[in-house]
Amino acid sequence: MNFNINGETHQLEVDLRTSLLDLLRDHLGLTGSKKGCNQGACGACTVLVEGERINACLALAVQYQDRAIVTVEGLGGEPLHPLQQAFIDHDGFQCGYCTPGQLCSAVAMAEEVRRGLPSFVTADLSSDVMTLDHDELRERMSGNLCRCGAYNGIVDAIAETYAKEPA
Amino acid sequence: MTPFTYARAADAATAVSGAGANAKYLGGGTNLVDLMRETIERPEALVDVTGLAQAIEARADGSLLIGAAVKNTALAEDRTVRRDFPLIARAILAGASGQIRNMATVGGNILQRTRCAYFYDNEGSRCNKRQPGQGCDALDGFNRNHAILGTSHACIATHPSDMCIALVAHDAIVHLEGRAGKRTIPLTDLHRLPEGHPEIETMLEPGELITAIEVPALGFGRRAIYRKVRDRSSYAFALVSVAAALDIEDGRVRDVRLALGGVGTKPWRAWQSEAALRGAPATEVSFRRAAEAELANAKGYRENGFKIELAKRMIVAALQELAA
Ligand SMILES: Cc1cc2nc3c(=O)[nH]c(=O)nc-3n(C[C@H](O)[C@H](O)[C@H](O)COP(=O)(O)OP(=O)(O)OC[C@H]3O[C@@H](n4cnc5c(N)ncnc54)[C@H](O)[C@@H]3O)c2cc1C
Ligand code: SF4
Ligand code: FES
Ligand code: FES
Repeated sequence: MNFNINGETHQLEVDLRTSLLDLLRDHLGLTGSKKGCNQGACGACTVLVEGERINACLALAVQYQDRAIVTVEGLGGEPLHPLQQAFIDHDGFQCGYCTPGQLCSAVAMAEEVRRGLPSFVTADLSSDVMTLDHDELRERMSGNLCRCGAYNGIVDAIAETYAKEPA
Repeated sequence: MTPFTYARAADAATAVSGAGANAKYLGGGTNLVDLMRETIERPEALVDVTGLAQAIEARADGSLLIGAAVKNTALAEDRTVRRDFPLIARAILAGASGQIRNMATVGGNILQRTRCAYFYDNEGSRCNKRQPGQGCDALDGFNRNHAILGTSHACIATHPSDMCIALVAHDAIVHLEGRAGKRTIPLTDLHRLPEGHPEIETMLEPGELITAIEVPALGFGRRAIYRKVRDRSSYAFALVSVAAALDIEDGRVRDVRLALGGVGTKPWRAWQSEAALRGAPATEVSFRRAAEAELANAKGYRENGFKIELAKRMIVAALQELAA
């Protein structure tokens, strides 16, 4: 099987039962993506597939061959992605376990807002322009839980990076 | 997980002919992979159908034809859906998370299985749906999340989909392709009541594939709302949800669509309420009477009796908002 991860191609044979998350962590050593619940309920395993966020724990790796996958390792490094810097500036974490998922999720979330995808709390579904106010940000990021409850810092970091007005 | 083979189908015909006796179709996998991991589902073969029809066709007569492989996000994002079928967009956006909606397909959403915790507890609990004849631990157990309408002595599990509540309100029609050919069936008739056999959940024949969903035009479809009450404000299944569309003329209800989530063993179209409302004055009194009519047959269990009054109040509130 062929996988395209953070711009690199990997060829390896894995058991068909392998999830994309286990492929990343156990077969490729990319342990940034975390396994929280392994049931789709926490978002710690969020990665980007062609720019869209998904939960790698519910994804069978075999379904994601030859797709451009980005994990937290591919987001930034030297220099840091602006969102990573904002998480540091705003204390957007305590233990850090949920952080890779939060980062990947927020990057894709900002792109969804930019292209005009509404959310459940968007008043006018047919509007062309979406604004990322506090309620929108919380709703759109609800797929990422933080057991430490660092939500205030997380919201501030994402708002500073992506929202026009402070959230 | 038990081992399986994997094949990706390029079109519906290949999918159907490639799906043998113990095969399952694979959409986004957000439900199936989870259940396979718990060995509640043990397919010997997976036929990946995410490569099938991805189109959302807005047809000249105002209806929609939605390919079964369309992602939940894509359906909620579609311009025509957002303008003319806001109930569908809002209901989808009320469900799961951004990540899951990006993975989930329309076909998989319709055929997702219940979230009854006893059904999931493969080792420890009795469940007639998982193991026919075994008994049902939910009947006298923690059944706060369970159904109050369409229940039986054998099973009280809800169908958990939000999207389906909007689709049954819209009279959606499911397009199927199977070994015996193609056919269509109204979504309201696709899921079965549990009665004595909760393990048989739909009217699908073995190997039958959902290829598309057709949604007829609804003139007053823009005047619609989807309300959802849950234990937290996002990323949770419904305790009760209401999909409503209302057409009022000269202070009277000319037409109405009403469906309920979180309360039924299948996506629940509130036929009794609708019948009580057509022609009635658009007032709180009629709305309450209509809500009573639907919930007259509801049955509360140890921990979910509150859903009966909650559902009534949500029906009244939704209709009042639309009438205002
Ligand atoms: C944490 C979590 C929270 C959730 N919250 C909500 C919520 O609040 N509201 C809500 O509505 N849903 C919720 N969901 C459920 C989610 O919407 C479903 O899991 C999803 O819609 C299933 O779609 P899928 O494509 O991933 O299906 P899969 O998991 O791929 O398949 C599900 C079933 O459908 C069958 N199937 C798939 N496609 C076809 C086809 N074309 N023809 C015939 N059979 C087919 C499969 O064989 C399988 O039996 C939640 C899920 C999770 C994990
Ligand atoms: S309610 Fe239905 S799904 Fe839940 S344990 Fe009883 S039989 Fe099983
Ligand atoms: S580990 Fe994937 S959502 Fe929790
Ligand atoms: S920082 Fe610990 S889980 Fe979020």
